[in-house]
Amino acid sequence: MFGWEFPPHILGGLGTASYGLTRGMATQGDMEIVFCIPKPWGDEEQHFLRIVGMCNVPVVWHDVNMDHVKWRLESFHTDPQRYFDYRNHIYADFTYRYVNDLGCFEFSGRYPDNLLEEIDNYSIVAGVVARTESYDVIHAHDWLTYPAGIHAKMVSGKPLVIHVHATDYDRSRGNVNPDVYGIEKNGMDYADHIITVSNLTRQTVIEKYHQNPDKVTTVHNAVEPLSPDILAIKDKRGVKDKVITFLGRITMQKGPEYFVEAAAKVLSKANNVRFVMAGNGDMMDKMIRLVAARHISDKFHFTGFMKGIQVYEVLKSSDAYVMPSVSEPFGISPLEAMQCGVPTIISKQSGCAEILEHAVSVDYWDIEAMADAMYSIVTYPSMYQFLRDEGKNEVDNIKWEYAGEKVRRIYEQVIRQY
Amino acid sequence: MKTICFYFQVHQPFRLRRYRFFDIGNDHYYYDDFHNEEIMRRMAEHCYLPANKTMLEMIQSSGGRFKASFSISGTALEQMELYSPEVLDSFRELGKTGNVEFLTETYAHSLSSLGDTEEFRLQVDRHKEKIHDVFGIEPTILRNTELIYSDDIAELVADMGFTGMLTEGAKHVMGWKSPNYIYTSSVQPELRLLLKNNRFSEDLSMRFNNYSWNEYPLTADKYIGWIASTPQAEQIINLFMNYEVLGSIQPAESGIFEFFKALPRFAADCGISFSTPSEAFNLLNPVESISVPHPISWVDEERDTGSWLGNVLQQEAFRKVNDISERVRIAKDRRIRQDWNYLQSSDHFYYMNTRHPGGTFSPYDNPYDAFSNYMNVLSDFIVRLNTLFPEAIENEELNALLITIRNQGKEIETLQKEVARLRKNKVTNEQNNK
Repeated sequence: MFGWEFPPHILGGLGTASYGLTRGMATQGDMEIVFCIPKPWGDEEQHFLRIVGMCNVPVVWHDVNMDHVKWRLESFHTDPQRYFDYRNHIYADFTYRYVNDLGCFEFSGRYPDNLLEEIDNYSIVAGVVARTESYDVIHAHDWLTYPAGIHAKMVSGKPLVIHVHATDYDRSRGNVNPDVYGIEKNGMDYADHIITVSNLTRQTVIEKYHQNPDKVTTVHNAVEPLSPDILAIKDKRGVKDKVITFLGRITMQKGPEYFVEAAAKVLSKANNVRFVMAGNGDMMDKMIRLVAARHISDKFHFTGFMKGIQVYEVLKSSDAYVMPSVSEPFGISPLEAMQCGVPTIISKQSGCAEILEHAVSVDYWDIEAMADAMYSIVTYPSMYQFLRDEGKNEVDNIKWEYAGEKVRRIYEQVIRQY
Repeated sequence: MKTICFYFQVHQPFRLRRYRFFDIGNDHYYYDDFHNEEIMRRMAEHCYLPANKTMLEMIQSSGGRFKASFSISGTALEQMELYSPEVLDSFRELGKTGNVEFLTETYAHSLSSLGDTEEFRLQVDRHKEKIHDVFGIEPTILRNTELIYSDDIAELVADMGFTGMLTEGAKHVMGWKSPNYIYTSSVQPELRLLLKNNRFSEDLSMRFNNYSWNEYPLTADKYIGWIASTPQAEQIINLFMNYEVLGSIQPAESGIFEFFKALPRFAADCGISFSTPSEAFNLLNPVESISVPHPISWVDEERDTGSWLGNVLQQEAFRKVNDISERVRIAKDRRIRQDWNYLQSSDHFYYMNTRHPGGTFSPYDNPYDAFSNYMNVLSDFIVRLNTLFPEAIENEELNALLITIRNQGKEIETLQKEVARLRKNKVTNEQNNK
């Protein structure tokens, strides 16, 4: 598998989904997973898969001894012998590129400005890995790793499955970046099968990327069960008012302005409600201005960026969670909110709306309906309790194991075709 | 004969700590003590103490001819009491010379003159009380926050019984007129005004240490020369500035203290005297009235109030403050009153301004941050206020109820006295009957 992020060092939903899926597939017993990421930190969980750090795979032959390699790779928990195995499979002369003392590329593992260069380097390294490892299927997560997947397929002749977690149409509200689109389209064209995280994304892939519907299958995401420490977090709010929360990047894609407008509507009718917008993003300042212009700033609070445990603290202190995304391929966060027993309102334009029955779904632009839903949840206890209990039951049965089984059937199908 | 009127503003707000959403309702302490103490101590060391020492020396060495006036906000006085009482002592010492006048203003250096007139009266009264407590004098001249002034404010101030006020000689108001005279308000002819001389004030506050200024270095000799060469009829030069010009805005090594020390001698040579505002009002007659329909202040090129109430964030925060002021006045809780005062400081609004991105004294990263933090604090304050009285009751009704309760209390008291008296009578009657 080729991926870009892996917990605990994640920057978005991609890492969480990669982890959940591999974890779910590992329960099948006879599945052996090698997961490649640009730059591991050494504290990743490795008992159910093997992590390959692309920053530790040589592309240029350097004469180094075992002790030096051992010392250099100690913190990554990788077998130094593998370094020498990889070194024996260098396939071309990359001495003209910048490499470190081990002959490896350096990766940031994030989303830097020279992202296209990192993607390119990643696929060069993938050639070495593909020649060294033995495997039956190649699985590439998101567009960053499609070139690597294609490369591996060319080298090994094994089937390629690509996993579309998002397309550029979601990220840009339609104004796609041609470079990104090119990489995405190319990956899909070369793939033997395409997995999408929702039917919404599947439609995008079929319509905008002109793929044969037969080779596109939806495998909805799931959630990992919450740990007991998280479930034990207490409600820390100091006010008696109800709290309705927006949590995520404050960007165009997430539709924060609809949340604010709906909040203004609710506050004109109910006085015992507060709104929290947690997270940051390029539209944060604009949202603060909008809140001020609607005269609701004494009831509408911004918390700034939240990470790790803070996210659950906010959820645990909320009476409703709202995700008004304009376009969301899947959206794992509403599932997390429901795990915490928080009634959830989601936009119909998010992929998770396809599988969630006990979440209120409204059109993202329909602020009247959104305000209605918020008002009912905070005003009618029976509605609140129903959504809280049923929502939790529902989400507790959405498991990665099931998703893993679906992916396995796709693997079996593509192997048969070969 | 010309006279110079010096006026210095001394103000420190109680800066707020980082106040998160989860603090609302849980923690009612709002202030960044470390930061406030650090700034107060630093200002005391670099500005207030050496500057007061300089002023005292100037008064003594000039044989009592040097005079100046100060307006010290209530919040600044409180922080001096808390963090550097020696500054208060040195101000008291200056006060004892009789050459220094203390002016009054709103207690927290607030914007209430633009929002709530009732609040403005109370805050000025509070400040007068505080000045009386600290210096034992009754201030008679008013200086509004940052020299903010308009015809409406003139009405208000005159109605409160003040006869003199300080404000800005804003170019768009003055036109061709010179600020070097006494003026009156066009709506309240009884209210006399001293107007800041922009050129001479800013020579000290802004240009003194500027190497690229063609007049650099500025000497006392040259400066007094400029003042002396103004037209004969112009009798008063009003030099209004922040006290921090001495030692902080213009650091000690720029020579600002030495410059000041030399002023009285050269002024005496040119026959220029020094006056406090109330002396100036007694000495000179007004020449004209001025009309200021829109509020002016002493900041920015525009000399308006846009730095505090210019954008939607500031207007929203100020609206929310004014919305609750009536209810706060009904509340008698001391801590509520205290926090209310501190939250009024104009500085909190200044931190939200978008006119000078990155160029303010703001403790925050950006105006939006300042706004969010202030609103979180204000939300908690509103929660506290609402726990005192139910929100659903209108202010008038609440007031009526409170008055009824108070009256009932009095009535019960009188009735009880009556009962006691009758009982006593009864006892004495019984004794008499025996």
